[in-house]
Amino acid sequence: MELLARAIREGRKPDMAELLAAVPYCAHLGITGTVEDDRVLLRMPFGEHLIGNPVLPALHGGVIGSLLETAALVTVIWETGISALPKPVDITIDYLRSGRPITSFARARIARQGRRVVNVHSEMWQDDERRPIAGLRGHLLLPRTET
Amino acid sequence: MAGGARTPFANALGAEMVLVEPGRVRIRLPYSERLIGNPDTGVVHGGAITAFLDQSCGMAVGSTLKEPRSFATLDLRIDYMKPAKPGESIVFEGECIKLTREIAFARARAFEEGGESSIAIATATFMFTQTTVP
Repeated sequence: MELLARAIREGRKPDMAELLAAVPYCAHLGITGTVEDDRVLLRMPFGEHLIGNPVLPALHGGVIGSLLETAALVTVIWETGISALPKPVDITIDYLRSGRPITSFARARIARQGRRVVNVHSEMWQDDERRPIAGLRGHLLLPRTET
Repeated sequence: MAGGARTPFANALGAEMVLVEPGRVRIRLPYSERLIGNPDTGVVHGGAITAFLDQSCGMAVGSTLKEPRSFATLDLRIDYMKPAKPGESIVFEGECIKLTREIAFARARAFEEGGESSIAIATATFMFTQTTVP
């Protein structure tokens, strides 16, 4: 991605807000990102278009998965300094609590980084970080040109 | 969260319900810019694939029920076999494999419309909750 390549050329880390705004699906979901203590923190305000169950109402399980997967992707970009997006190979999402119609947050960490593949864990919460509503474990493939 | 025939999430992305029969559903997702995960290539975001696989599994479970019951996703496993071809509609097929008193098991597959090879496959487990949908 050009904005990642440009950050590398300029010898700095990519701007997370700029990166997320450049990805149309993330912009559609309303995902924004900041960096705190060298870790990416994602934020997704509630919107009607995120609802899966209008009766409760609850966030769509796929929206929860999308936020967790985005946290995994941007964390791998942030920590490895790659210039192209990693490709998801497989993911497993555990749903712990229903997603309420309020702002959600997500963070990820690399559990193991190999030469070509990264094992990453993400967590999502709403009003209390100690009470996650969902978690993700997954493998992402790093772009071949970087290895 | 899965269950209803259509979700505001799916409506907002222009998805169409193509088939609903007991234990089997098919959803068609026309390609659009909002789905893009890689702005350089136009490839659809993995999260969008995840979302419609989740919904296909949930609807497949819902379609087997004689009376509406609400249920929650316990877990969802996705294998991404290949990127979706930019510009092509994606078809999602969900199937309910097994229903027990408390748990339902489902599978789903995503593929390009008019193609055969899988973009991704999913395995999901659901638990019926006590509250009933009015």
